[in-house]
Amino acid sequence: MFWRRRDVPTGPDEVDVQPTAVKAEPTAVPRPRRERSGMGLRAHSSGLGARLRSIMGAGSPATAATWDDVEEALIGADVGTTTTLELVDAARARFRADGGRSGEDARRALTTEIRDRLVRVGSGRFELGDAPSVILLVGVNGTGKTTSLAKLAYRLTAEGHTLALAAADTFRAAAVEQLRIWGEQLSVPVIAQRAGADPGAVAFDAVVAAQARNLDVVLVDTAGRLQNKQQLMDELAKIRRVIERRLPGQPRHVLLVLDATTGQNGLMQAEAFSREVGVTGIILTKLDGTAKGGVALAVAERLGVPILFAGVGEEIDALAPFDPEAFVEWLFAE
Amino acid sequence: MFESLSARLQGISERLRGKARITEADLEVALREIRLALLEADVNFRVVKDFVARVRERAVGSDLLTGLNPGQQIVKIVHEELVTVLGGARHHLSLAAKPSVLMMVGLQGSGKTTTAAKLAVRLRRDGKKPLLVAADVYRPAAVDQLVQLGDQIGVEVHTRPVGTPALEVARSGLEEARQRGVDVMILDTAGRLHVDEAMMDELVRIVGAVTPAETLLIVDAMTGQEAVRVADAFHAKLPITGLVLTKMDGDARGGAALSIRAATGLPIAFLGTGERTDGLEAFHPDRLAQRILGMGDILSFVERVQENVDQAEAEQVAQRMMENRFTLEDFRSQLNQIKKMGPIGQLLGMIPGAGQMAGAAQEAVDSGQMKRIEAIIDSMTPEERRRPEIIKASRRRRIALGSGSSTADVNRLLKQFVEMQRMMKQFSGGKMPRMGGGLGALLGR
Repeated sequence: MFWRRRDVPTGPDEVDVQPTAVKAEPTAVPRPRRERSGMGLRAHSSGLGARLRSIMGAGSPATAATWDDVEEALIGADVGTTTTLELVDAARARFRADGGRSGEDARRALTTEIRDRLVRVGSGRFELGDAPSVILLVGVNGTGKTTSLAKLAYRLTAEGHTLALAAADTFRAAAVEQLRIWGEQLSVPVIAQRAGADPGAVAFDAVVAAQARNLDVVLVDTAGRLQNKQQLMDELAKIRRVIERRLPGQPRHVLLVLDATTGQNGLMQAEAFSREVGVTGIILTKLDGTAKGGVALAVAERLGVPILFAGVGEEIDALAPFDPEAFVEWLFAE
Repeated sequence: MFESLSARLQGISERLRGKARITEADLEVALREIRLALLEADVNFRVVKDFVARVRERAVGSDLLTGLNPGQQIVKIVHEELVTVLGGARHHLSLAAKPSVLMMVGLQGSGKTTTAAKLAVRLRRDGKKPLLVAADVYRPAAVDQLVQLGDQIGVEVHTRPVGTPALEVARSGLEEARQRGVDVMILDTAGRLHVDEAMMDELVRIVGAVTPAETLLIVDAMTGQEAVRVADAFHAKLPITGLVLTKMDGDARGGAALSIRAATGLPIAFLGTGERTDGLEAFHPDRLAQRILGMGDILSFVERVQENVDQAEAEQVAQRMMENRFTLEDFRSQLNQIKKMGPIGQLLGMIPGAGQMAGAAQEAVDSGQMKRIEAIIDSMTPEERRRPEIIKASRRRRIALGSGSSTADVNRLLKQFVEMQRMMKQFSGGKMPRMGGGLGALLGR
């Protein structure tokens, strides 16, 4: 199953196309809805695109100073110095090979370079594989794991898959309640134990339940943890092992939930989580602010893993399959 | 892995050593390294530009170009400039009125709810009576979270039924604070994007209704280049009085703090460390400057060791080291303790001067060298671990076979262990390098 942009089913009732039917916040107070377009990303005039456009005025010839400014713009988007220098070098080579002259040519060389790199690692291509497919969400505190999990559950349910949610964040106060509320809203079973329970046991229960009920997908929520806390990382590795032992070949996906406002620490997060539990893909959250999430480019490049989804708003349907083309377009939009 | 600013500066220092004078070109190389390191620490690129310009100015103005040890002088200038920007920034809460309102604002996931509970603990310790008010009416179970935290720390939490608007919750919270004779009402609000106008307006209305004495902007220490824009936007709309930098127990360098300080002049009130409700620290400009520099923070190191080490076991080992009875068994338990403390490189990074060794040690762990050492020790009999001198040729072969290594590996370990014992002999009675003292030697570095 391949997901492309704009193929989100809106439910059987074609008249009611407003996806506000299920709120991202299942409380009686809905957040004011913000307008979105494209992959769901909103352009901000203060963003990278505007900067680059002013740097690379369409007609004016590209100079060394142009490339210096490009470097700065990418660094300003959290791409990081190493990846920025690589990207700019590659884009310059492409620009020369194509006989480019103008700022617009330079812009095209850069966007093509970035898009190609994102495509090369398989960004946006998400497949569930054999049922039950176990998906583990991991990341540091506050990146939006539980919210992303709910959005992913909504999407998979809408596509007709049956699923279970595993409340393996047994640490944070009320994390289990948060997931239970989502489960009720989405009519998806939530496998949970008491707070403080062994998260591996919760994951195990969920996998067993999914097998017994012939479900397609198990989404496992885990507690946020800073990557330098070895004991917590060991705990995560154990959750993975428990799943693997019960169901060889699973978890099919270990998705690192990465906050777009994160700076270069994102790379250290990616490397640590990858080392401990083998990250297979990235969910890039909070792209509805002004942050460009440039560190995700660096992470995708460094780990060779795809960016699979983008969190683009507060609404339950605001998790878009990552589209390299649209993302790059947005990066360089007005 | 990033090379820290201090490692870069050390490199410069070495390159410049022995030079009678350094040239403008040398200085430019040094400034470039500083620029890159600050960017890697997530300091905003515009702030970096200004900062580097100031360092250049001071370097040129000083006797750096002719003086001795120019590398160290650059380090000194950078450190001083960092402290200047960060310093004088310590913020003391002004909560004289009764009740005073302390409001928490910030992006989603920055740590507002956890910080609210930590502040309650701290204020109560200072003799104040706090009340928590749960005005995050949007995130599912956010109210539950605060209620549970309140239960844990024994502080009352004001809540309203689901569906009550945040402004209403804030108002009735203040009402309850007055009635109960509370000193400080800590108002938790929902995370929101600075560009979300409707949500920002909600905060403006809440401020109008409860006139907070303090409005703290909660910022994740891992924030990148966006930090300035976020802080500017919140600051423009709301009377922000200070910052709390959260998740400082991670390994982010915290360049965001420097960016926000430089761009907005807002003072830093606290640093959030850890998920326990007592994890709120006073801010020390000097410590943060060292962290951004990657110069090592000996206090954090001590804290980490205390957190992770089995004190009794460590003391026993240390005792045996002192008495020169340190065995391979003790060494093995030492290795275990070190493993518990997390990536070694990062740990060593906290020790001033150990920065260069960090990479090498981490490599040893990554390449499985540490595992091999453990395997070799595990393949010995208890008797052999206590008295390694009895390990002769045939025992060596057996140990090598049992641990999947070669007799050369076993020999190397034994030789290094003897070397380590010899070093300990020199130390015993005097100052002891406790945890992992001989690790470097054993890893053959």
